[in-house]
Amino acid sequence: MTRELTWKVGGAQGEGIDSTGEIFAMTLNRRGHYIFAYRHFMSLIKGGHTNFKVRVASDKVGYHGDGLDVLIAFDQKTIDYNWHELNENAVLIYDSSRIKSPSIPEDKPGVSLCPVPVTDMAKEVGSAIMKNMVACGVSAAVVGLKPDIFDTLIQDRFGKKGEKIVESNKSAIKAGYDYAMKQFGVLKSVPEATLEKDGGGHVFLSGNEAISMGALFAGCRFLAAYPITPATEILYWALAHWPKYGGKIVQAEDEIAACIMAIGANYAGTRAMTSTSGPGLSLMQEAIGLAGISETPLVIVDVMRGGPGTGLPTKTEQSDLNELMYGSHGEIPRIVLTPSTVEECFDFTIQAFNLAEKYQCPVIVASDLFLGMSKQSLSVDDIDLEHIEIDRGNILTDEQLAALEERAYQRYKITESGISPRTIPGQKNGMFTALSNEHSEGSPVEIEDPETRKRMMDKRMKKLKDFDFGERAYEYDGPEETDITLAGFGSTVSQMKEAQAILEREGLKVGRLTVKVVKPFPDEAVKRVLQGAGHIVVVENNATGQFADLLKQRVGFHDKISNCLKYDGDPFTVKEILDHCEQFKGVTV
Amino acid sequence: MATVKDFRVKEKPTWCPGCGDFAVLSALQKACANNGLEPENVALITGIGCSGKLVQHFGSYGFHTLHGRSLPSAQGVKLGNQDLTVIAAGGDGDGYGIGMGHLIHSIRRNIDLTYIVMDNHIYGLTTGQMSPTSKKGFKTKTSPQGSTEEPVRAVETAIANGISYVAQAFSGDVKHMTKIFQDAITHKGFALVNTFSPCVTFNKVNTYEWFKDNLINLDEEESYDPTDREKALHIMHEKAGMVYGTIYKNPRPVFNEEMLGASDIAAAKLDLNIPLAEKRELLATFR
Repeated sequence: MTRELTWKVGGAQGEGIDSTGEIFAMTLNRRGHYIFAYRHFMSLIKGGHTNFKVRVASDKVGYHGDGLDVLIAFDQKTIDYNWHELNENAVLIYDSSRIKSPSIPEDKPGVSLCPVPVTDMAKEVGSAIMKNMVACGVSAAVVGLKPDIFDTLIQDRFGKKGEKIVESNKSAIKAGYDYAMKQFGVLKSVPEATLEKDGGGHVFLSGNEAISMGALFAGCRFLAAYPITPATEILYWALAHWPKYGGKIVQAEDEIAACIMAIGANYAGTRAMTSTSGPGLSLMQEAIGLAGISETPLVIVDVMRGGPGTGLPTKTEQSDLNELMYGSHGEIPRIVLTPSTVEECFDFTIQAFNLAEKYQCPVIVASDLFLGMSKQSLSVDDIDLEHIEIDRGNILTDEQLAALEERAYQRYKITESGISPRTIPGQKNGMFTALSNEHSEGSPVEIEDPETRKRMMDKRMKKLKDFDFGERAYEYDGPEETDITLAGFGSTVSQMKEAQAILEREGLKVGRLTVKVVKPFPDEAVKRVLQGAGHIVVVENNATGQFADLLKQRVGFHDKISNCLKYDGDPFTVKEILDHCEQFKGVTV
Repeated sequence: MATVKDFRVKEKPTWCPGCGDFAVLSALQKACANNGLEPENVALITGIGCSGKLVQHFGSYGFHTLHGRSLPSAQGVKLGNQDLTVIAAGGDGDGYGIGMGHLIHSIRRNIDLTYIVMDNHIYGLTTGQMSPTSKKGFKTKTSPQGSTEEPVRAVETAIANGISYVAQAFSGDVKHMTKIFQDAITHKGFALVNTFSPCVTFNKVNTYEWFKDNLINLDEEESYDPTDREKALHIMHEKAGMVYGTIYKNPRPVFNEEMLGASDIAAAKLDLNIPLAEKRELLATFR
């Protein structure tokens, strides 16, 4: 069983909560711990409540955990909003400079209360902004770590600002550490760190970062995007690392332009993408139709957030599913990939570019805020850098074109597979007009005659008939016959895994299914897996059960399916899944 | 070297007899040939409407996109392959209605491409509704009592926003139009050519005759200096936009050369493989 410690720091937005959390998480990650870090934040710049939760574990974890062992509160709100999460014997450290007489509920007598004058101590060593360092020092003491563990990270972060800054940060940590050691001593312990063979600790990255890196390694050299939470980090990482490789990044005037620019660049022969979240995806719908009929490759990343409208911009949800599946006008071939882990964000983005060019159609990679913005530790081996293949699909060579009769090339030639060989502007004797209007095989003009229309629709619809995402299409873990099978897509995978383990320990036969490509849907595989399932509990972050409906539509089992839904903006807790399963224990289907 | 013939296709246009767009097509074919371009190195990107069909009759690489979206698409093409000569085209409804925002941002960005707007003051393909450039009081199916809105002043807006090159052309003067297109294509930066291209079927007011009677050729005015921003704005205001020729030139750095990631090699021609050691280094930045 995973040994772990959960830690959280909370306060008002704008007072350094994220940097406190990041320093604590990154430092432990460098020591070789497995970390999962979740940011809870609001759509405002200053004020409100924000917190940063870190789960430190002995094995890889993809979820920040239900309970909480250590809470650092910079204000009363943090206590109010997070008290319910504290374990019975947790530690509450609060800033006694600012919360003189904290209001503490009486329902958890085992919680250790640790007042620390964090702000005053920070002021003493230099400035109130250093309170995040004091908090880190206090944390180290309370969980039994030495204060110098932060040294290398502080050097990396503040070295450029001069030795004085580095030293004052270290003093702040030391002050917090000494105070806490003297007043409270070690109250909790972190699991053993397992330093990796190369001594560098784990890599610590988010789904968004993995997508941006995957795109670069896949040969994507153009990104047009409009800033939107929670997808903007993809743009940031691209700005920082793509230009060195000739990658071009445009902050478009809106999502419409962003998506159409990506289509234009793809048409010009550059691997190109756009990244967005729900409201941006809605604006892109007409472009998705254009890519579909003009058979232009296109990669779109949708990092889902709470909707509709501007909804919950800083909270997680999986409610774009229907739009991803069916959005845009008319009917087009499309592929929708739903990675469930950071590793898959990386791998699937690479696949997306190959698929977009192979099938000459839009490919959407859909994650969500929880997966996109949470950072987690991975072994360097979890990210496979050695087997990255760039497959540009069927592009005619200059020699092949030279061998053709002059102007005989037909862009939309009807072929057995429905995929027509492509040319890239600049290639001699390969000229064509890509059309948004219905068209024939080779003529540059639009058509409206019923026969050609039908032939071209059939051609496009045929493209994905044999689509097979292979082993990547789904993940099933469990016996053939189950009492309960948990099913879902995307980021819920980790909580489902933990829930499954607990249910199994209770003696139940439990299966877990995560679907990773929702269009074209792996009908046969999913049907086979669910055949022997008892109750099928479909876990998804939305209010209407879009994925459950999709399962019913594709594979049936209506009578066995129940909806385990969450749409309050937070990711599922393990307990919520277990609570839902309670009703099915001992009840046969 | 390519000739006008190389920029032609066998399919005949479906425009109404007498449509101004025939002149635009012919002038653009001549301009490309005169500029020594090879058809395979030209990408013509259009929006929709009668103007959008220009690409269907032009012998180069082309993309007939969506209503109002020729500019983002054309910019993507240019950034994808800067070695191409990129020309965007559309109509007044297409470009100044739904596409107006993209125009302003294209001007700000200044990506090296040419944008031809076929301006007939009406929606033609949807059979005669007022357009963003319809004159106030103009009666159409959707403005039965005469348009109550002011027309869009795209050229003045373009100048106000610092456009790199703006001209007007007229389908009644193909020779002049050809020269303007040549200039615009040669110009390094974003070049807008607002082209008066009459709709003979639905616009019975702004006809060839009407334009001929009202338009002044600025290129024939010796005293006119197209690098003077104040004068350009002044003449557009004074003549209520009824001028053609080169209105304003403002050489500016182009986005595709200045942007982060700009390279001498077109993005479409880059080697996409990154050495494994560098990939490992990038992954290690996450520690």
